[in-house]
Amino acid sequence: MLKMLQYLRRQEWLMICCSLIFIVGQIWLELRIPDYMSEITTLVQTPGSTIAEIIGEGVPMLLCALGSLISAFVVGFFAAKIAAGLAQRLRSQVFNQVLSFSMEEIAGFSTASLITRSTNDITQVQMFIAIGMQALLRAPIMAVWAVCKIAGKGWEWTAATGCAVAVLMVMLTVIIIFAMPKFRIMQRLTDNLNRITRENLTGIRVVRAYNAEAYQEEKFARANDELTNTNLFTSRIMAIMHPGMTVIMSGLTLAIYWIGAILINNTAAVADKLTLFSNMVVFSSYAVQVIMSFMMLTIIFIILPRASVSARRILEVLETPAKIIDGEKNESELYERGEIEFRHVSFKYPDAAEYVLHDINFTAHHGETVAFIGSTGSGKSTLVNLVPRFYDATEGEVLIDGINVKEYTQWALHNKIGYVPQKAVMFSGTIASNVAYGDNGRAETSDEDIIKAVEIAQAAEFVNKKAEQYEAPVAQGGSNLSGGQKQRLSIARAICRQPEIYIFDDSFSALDYKTDRILRSTLKKETAGVTTLIVAQRIGTIKDADQIIVIDKGCVVGQGTHQQLLQSCDVYREIAESQLSKEELEHA
Amino acid sequence: MPKHHEHSSQAHRQPHHGPGGMHRGAGEKAENFGQAMRQLAAYCRRYLPAIIIAVLLAVTGTIFNLIGPDKLADMTNLITEGLTGSIDLDAVISIAVFLAILYGAGLIFNYVQGFIMATVTQKITRSLRSDISAKINVLPLKYFDSNSYGNILSRVTNDVDTIGMTLNQSLGMLVTSVTMFIGALVMMFYTNWIMALAGIASTLIGFVLMTVIISHSQKYFLQQQNELGTINGHIEEIYSGHDVVKAYNGEQAAIKTFDEINGRLYNCAWKSQFLSGMMMPIMGFIGNFGYVVVCIVGAAMAINGTIEFGDIVAFMIYIRLFTQPLSQLAQAATTMQSTAAASERVFNFLSETELADESEKQTRLDHAQGHVEFDHIRFGYDPQRPIIKDFSAEALPGQKIAIVGPTGAGKTTLVNLLMRFYELDAGEIRIDGVPTSRLTRENVHDLFCMVLQDTWLFEGTIKENVIYCKEDVSDQQVIEACQAVGIHHFIQTLPEGYNTILNDHANLSAGQKQLLTIARAMIENAPMLILDEATSSVDTRTEIQIQQAMDKLTVGRTSFIIAHRLSTIKNADLILVMRDGDIVESGTHQQLLQQNGFYAELYNSQFEQAS
Repeated sequence: MLKMLQYLRRQEWLMICCSLIFIVGQIWLELRIPDYMSEITTLVQTPGSTIAEIIGEGVPMLLCALGSLISAFVVGFFAAKIAAGLAQRLRSQVFNQVLSFSMEEIAGFSTASLITRSTNDITQVQMFIAIGMQALLRAPIMAVWAVCKIAGKGWEWTAATGCAVAVLMVMLTVIIIFAMPKFRIMQRLTDNLNRITRENLTGIRVVRAYNAEAYQEEKFARANDELTNTNLFTSRIMAIMHPGMTVIMSGLTLAIYWIGAILINNTAAVADKLTLFSNMVVFSSYAVQVIMSFMMLTIIFIILPRASVSARRILEVLETPAKIIDGEKNESELYERGEIEFRHVSFKYPDAAEYVLHDINFTAHHGETVAFIGSTGSGKSTLVNLVPRFYDATEGEVLIDGINVKEYTQWALHNKIGYVPQKAVMFSGTIASNVAYGDNGRAETSDEDIIKAVEIAQAAEFVNKKAEQYEAPVAQGGSNLSGGQKQRLSIARAICRQPEIYIFDDSFSALDYKTDRILRSTLKKETAGVTTLIVAQRIGTIKDADQIIVIDKGCVVGQGTHQQLLQSCDVYREIAESQLSKEELEHA
Repeated sequence: MPKHHEHSSQAHRQPHHGPGGMHRGAGEKAENFGQAMRQLAAYCRRYLPAIIIAVLLAVTGTIFNLIGPDKLADMTNLITEGLTGSIDLDAVISIAVFLAILYGAGLIFNYVQGFIMATVTQKITRSLRSDISAKINVLPLKYFDSNSYGNILSRVTNDVDTIGMTLNQSLGMLVTSVTMFIGALVMMFYTNWIMALAGIASTLIGFVLMTVIISHSQKYFLQQQNELGTINGHIEEIYSGHDVVKAYNGEQAAIKTFDEINGRLYNCAWKSQFLSGMMMPIMGFIGNFGYVVVCIVGAAMAINGTIEFGDIVAFMIYIRLFTQPLSQLAQAATTMQSTAAASERVFNFLSETELADESEKQTRLDHAQGHVEFDHIRFGYDPQRPIIKDFSAEALPGQKIAIVGPTGAGKTTLVNLLMRFYELDAGEIRIDGVPTSRLTRENVHDLFCMVLQDTWLFEGTIKENVIYCKEDVSDQQVIEACQAVGIHHFIQTLPEGYNTILNDHANLSAGQKQLLTIARAMIENAPMLILDEATSSVDTRTEIQIQQAMDKLTVGRTSFIIAHRLSTIKNADLILVMRDGDIVESGTHQQLLQQNGFYAELYNSQFEQAS
């Protein structure tokens, strides 16, 4: 949590210092108030006092209260500004940091975790700074100061206050010891309940088909009971908190008066009695301040761990360096564009023992189509991910237009590439904004470009059916589009970019055979001269490629055209036969 | 078209139920506050006696807290009287003892109240949760087409939690605050009406100030919730599409949008924070102000001899007790709003139309031959727009029926109708001559084994997943089923074998999961089969295994197969070709090829070269 402070700006440190001054001032003013109260009390007691005298004490007391109110405003203003400012800065830094990450770092954290870190965790820290920091600064000063003020006024009262503090501490400690571990379990139990409900929802057809409703409900009931019992336990313990505090406060006041009565009774002189009496009244209000401060501190120590866990999680992101470092080149001198070469490329994930890719060599020339096929986990996707530098090759070189991809700036490198991932990604906006997404280093994308790209991607039909056509809204994650529609728009996005190189990472799987075929023929016609890398599962998608590379367990086990591979490569033939019957293979 | 796999992904994307979910509820308003609260009250009826006891206890406990200052005043009076002479210590002590007992009793009463409310709350939330869960299983599937899972899930947790929180804290707080407020008022007037009026007048300013602040901060608070939702949505979107953002150089645009939202968020965040932070100091000031007013007025009266000093002391406390509940009341009022919104959502869900009750249906079909007839059926997800207009077909026992068509053609519709997930608009589906509408849904489901494209496994052991809800299944049967689908060997290599728990970091490939669902269908061992072939990326060997396992499953069963594989299509006894939701052609492979229609086009397209 303390490390978080390094993200504060000078201006904010200044604000904190000011706040500290104002807090001290506020406490000073607040502790003056009981003094006036005691004066007023004495005046009321003394026969012959005039109203003017009482007002004479009452007005400064009100001024003190007003001053303290203003100080509180100022401190609150600073605290709100600091907390919100820090949150804004952290959020923006985490966001920028995540954007600079490669797939490797993202996989290390997991996307879900990164989202929580950029949202919830930062809100936690903000809340803590806004409320906790103020209290954390205030409470100890208040406690010490108030204790000092009352220390000399009678050890009996001090002892009583000490007892009350002790009782309070014991109560809170007991609550924490018993309830805290349960609070931790509670989150797990809630997740559990959520999971079971989610399972029931996602598998609703299976549940119905198997008549498993009772089975699911029983399972839910068990999780529900478990959660309820834990909740019962904690909330029953927590229920003591409020009445407990009330009783401690009123008990302390009572004790102070009780002791006071005895003390006064034992004193002979009237003047001394009067002093004792006003001391007693004052003491009782200071004592309440002391108790309040302790309470505040304890509460902070309860919420602190949560905030500091959040702070640590944020720092983890900020302190993870991005692995991919930009090169300097923007262009290659090579005349031929769109040439990709893999030279003895091997790759393994960090911390993994096994290589995912072994010694991959191939060249895709200008305008060629190179396809990759192989079983799941064979490393096909990893291979094409090395081209846009989602990962860097562990050994060997990946070259585009004769230059190692690491030497390009990422911006220039990505401008050469039109990448279509396996899972289509849609951004909230319109169809047009999704197709024209990104920056390709050229002028604004024209409407004609968008329409043409959508037509080539075989998406024009469904886009034209929409009332707003290209301006039709796309919901977050494209949830208002079907899988096939998303996939086609995702392909249109790559086409719209007019790149030197296409990378299709199993991008045709959501399309039926027919659309798949038409799309590929149109693509071939309309974008001649663009080098294409295709990862696919279906033989049909790739069999007319200029070069097919068969990958098995990270190694190239076959390289050639469809017909060549059917003759020479066992793995390829096996794949082909599982998808097409013999006569169909011949028919082709 | 129902596309169920998309709902699950939607659930993650609901920005308000996602990571930002903790803020939801604040500032939300129910459409009908009164009705929502009445429904909630009606739901709690069973616990009404306990709640009444708790309320009575709270009132009593609060009254004790109110009598306290009065007695303390008596005590102070005794002491001041004794200042000039000697104190009547016995009287002081007897008051002190009385007070100690009073406080002690107050503690017990308040705790018992808290205890009862905690218990009642948990019981109510538990039954709300289980009612929602049970409701999920009696809703027609149609409901899930138009409602995202995330939405339903958030009712089980967020909404029920909000309700629980209110019942547990706000209700108690409300009762205590109101009692204290009224009690303090009564006590003040009882003690001295002039001072009471002075006290009330001085706190009135507090009231006004607070209302202004609350209405202001509420505005920024709402705005903050919205901006938080927006920024969370943006973050989710950019993070999950990270590869595309990078590959398309979209970083700058993303950062620009982010900074804009972040700036707006900062603005309303600090304002709402600041304004809500002002409440406490203002309350403190009002307390002090009231104090001084009471003192001055009190002193003036004391000097005149109208009241005693002890009354002033009592008033000092009353004025605090009077101002304290104000902020709590304000707080309770806001939480009540979100509770109403939450219970409105929960009760709306609970009152959704359920599946028709079928308990009076007598017809039962226990051992079907598997003779299925579609007789002039008509169906549409929206009855106004029928998609299957007039379809008839017949499947003889043991036959294999393939359903083919391009993506989105509505192949699952037939499955939905066969399983009676949806009801026909017209016509009949008969099994062994019995219309399915005359059977209970349970009975229809019992007649089919079903393997769906999206493999559905739950967190539990492999064995539990294979057996699922089937009773009296021996371990031997489980092993046999797994052997039959060819996954037994793999399971044995796992350290825990059949007791391996499947969870998020499950150690199974997509293909292996598919095999497990086939094994599950084998255990089910129903006379007919519905099979949705997976298109998902599975490696070749597993694919062959799956194919073999599915072939085994079809033996001796009338099977309906949503087909993607040519081999399945070719040896099917009947092929139903679907397009845009309707069945456009039907017949055997050869017949359909000869027709040279849509099927032939579809079939041939995979052999043509892209040119």
